[in-house]
Amino acid sequence: MTVADFIFYVFALSTLVGGLFTVVSRNPVHSVLWLILAFLSAAGLFILLGAEFVAMLLMIVYVGAVAVLFLFVVMMLDVDFAELKAEMTKYMPLALLIGVIILMQLALAFGAWGYSDGIETRLAAPVDGGIQNTAGLGTLLYDKYFMLFQLAGLILLVAMIGAIVLTLRHRQDIKRQDILAQMYRDPAKAMELKDVKPGQGL
Amino acid sequence: MISSDLSIILPEIALAIFAMVALIVAVYTAKDKLAPMLTWLTAAVFVILAFWIGTGSDSTRVAFEGAFVDDGFARFAKVTILLSAAAVLVMSLDYLEKRDLLRFEYPLLIALAAVGMMVMVSAGDLMALYMGLELQSLSLYVVASLRRDSAKSTEAGLKYFVLGALSSGLLLYGASLTYGFAGTTLFAGIIEAAGNEPSLGLIFGLVFLISGFAFKVSAAPFHMWTPDVYEGSPTPVTAFFATAPKVAAMALFARVVHDAFGGNVGDWQQIVAFLAVVSMFLGAIAAIGQTNIKRLMAYSSIAHMGFALMGLAAGTAFGVQAMLIYMAIYVTMNIGTFAFILSMERDGRPVTDIASLKMYSRSEPLKALAMLVLLFSLAGVPPMVGFFGKFYVLRAAYDAGLAWLAIAGVVASVIGAFYYLRIVYFMYFGETEEPLDGQMSPALWAALMVSAAVMVFGVVNLFGIEPLAAAAAETLVN
Repeated sequence: MTVADFIFYVFALSTLVGGLFTVVSRNPVHSVLWLILAFLSAAGLFILLGAEFVAMLLMIVYVGAVAVLFLFVVMMLDVDFAELKAEMTKYMPLALLIGVIILMQLALAFGAWGYSDGIETRLAAPVDGGIQNTAGLGTLLYDKYFMLFQLAGLILLVAMIGAIVLTLRHRQDIKRQDILAQMYRDPAKAMELKDVKPGQGL
Repeated sequence: MISSDLSIILPEIALAIFAMVALIVAVYTAKDKLAPMLTWLTAAVFVILAFWIGTGSDSTRVAFEGAFVDDGFARFAKVTILLSAAAVLVMSLDYLEKRDLLRFEYPLLIALAAVGMMVMVSAGDLMALYMGLELQSLSLYVVASLRRDSAKSTEAGLKYFVLGALSSGLLLYGASLTYGFAGTTLFAGIIEAAGNEPSLGLIFGLVFLISGFAFKVSAAPFHMWTPDVYEGSPTPVTAFFATAPKVAAMALFARVVHDAFGGNVGDWQQIVAFLAVVSMFLGAIAAIGQTNIKRLMAYSSIAHMGFALMGLAAGTAFGVQAMLIYMAIYVTMNIGTFAFILSMERDGRPVTDIASLKMYSRSEPLKALAMLVLLFSLAGVPPMVGFFGKFYVLRAAYDAGLAWLAIAGVVASVIGAFYYLRIVYFMYFGETEEPLDGQMSPALWAALMVSAAVMVFGVVNLFGIEPLAAAAAETLVN
């Protein structure tokens, strides 16, 4: 076993363990931390594949932004995960059955897997060799996949519009701070002094 | 290269830019006060684009190295989608305004959904397919929960979103298996890789892809979301769900099975035939117990999707032609029916119980007659146009050697006729109840009457869509 093989198995194992504990751990904050482990290990796998740009993206975007956002959401939301899990356990046997069946079917597909004839020519590198991954990705994204890239932008725009449509409220029935009104408040009008005698109420 | 590609996707670009410019203008000016104007404007843009696409070139053009295909089939679907979306937008105006739901984002989300649908029907690549599908679905999730103060509407949006995400996952899984087998995501490459004897892995990919599509067209057994989403969404949104997105998803379905898996008809034919039979029977039987007309229309749409899938299951050019004709007729019938449902109100409040229609014919004979024509057409009673839609798909299935499927279709159609006729019974013979309000906005009235008139006068020559659909199907299946 070469060093590269060894490193592959280490990262693969930690990806799997991270994924497993993301699902089974009781504390949601721990789940997110396990998820970060899975992301980091996946980034290691990408580096082994020679895809350093994707590995960096995974670190910066997923670990740096998405997972941290998850962490904040999980900490701020007051969701009783134990209760949700209790609801889930009701359906667990059925879900497990379906899962096992699908797994067995996929194992079957894997066992009989064959590639199509002439797959090598179709899998040929979409950009010329000799340029760096980052440059190659840029060429593809802004040229061959230009339309897909712009559509992804539109999808994000829809997500943003949707978030605003569904949550923004211009409420009329709440008190807003009015700084001028605060500054021009007159003690003579706002307060009334009462002389309270000892032993008596108002 | 890029400029010639851009000229091919010009209609999509124009619509996307219109939506973005309108969004900015509305945000910085009068916001929701602009909404009625924007709705009319969006509908007008849809009609103009439909005209542009319909009268444009009739050659097959390919952009972005095959990721986007502009052929007769795509153009037929796009024109249907745009015109029906425009009709639904105009119809929804009055209802939304009355209930204070008309926000300026609504027409723009519909416009962005239309961009997604146009990309879907033109997709020539699994990635383009997914991008179009997500753009459409995401816009629909938002409009489903447009009435955000109502628990039902929120539930509809959430349910649609979660199940939609699941189906997208299935679809992506199928796409990755297909890519793993073929080594390319282009449909042209997949059909070449698949040959006539596909491997087991490719069939797995195909099954996952079809499951995803079956969810999007709400074919049984992936239909569970449909009744709840139809019931919970605001009625104009339900009307939209029942029309344009169904055409887009069905066209996408046809495009993938023919363009990418055209060499393996035998492999997908049995799956599609199964989906068709289950949808037709489930739609026909489950609708019998419904009293809410929106839920009833949901089951009705499941059954109709079963019939459209029957055309697809034939696996021939005539089958695709029958499917296109069926979808065009289905959309026209649904626009009319929903125009009627949108006008169902008592003391200004919307009513969806079918029992409220009792003796409707006495107070509103003309509208009741129009609705009668539409319901007969939905049920497939000759001589309405709906019968011809069913006749085409039955003939396509029979010609392709699926006689059992055609017989099942006839049986399901007879069962399904029961609940349409029950509404007719209520309208003409039921006991008198407190009547519904009589007034109807001019747009709804026009939609109802035009749609009903089409159902009657269309029997002459189906308004000439038959040769158009034949030409469209010819470009897809060759």
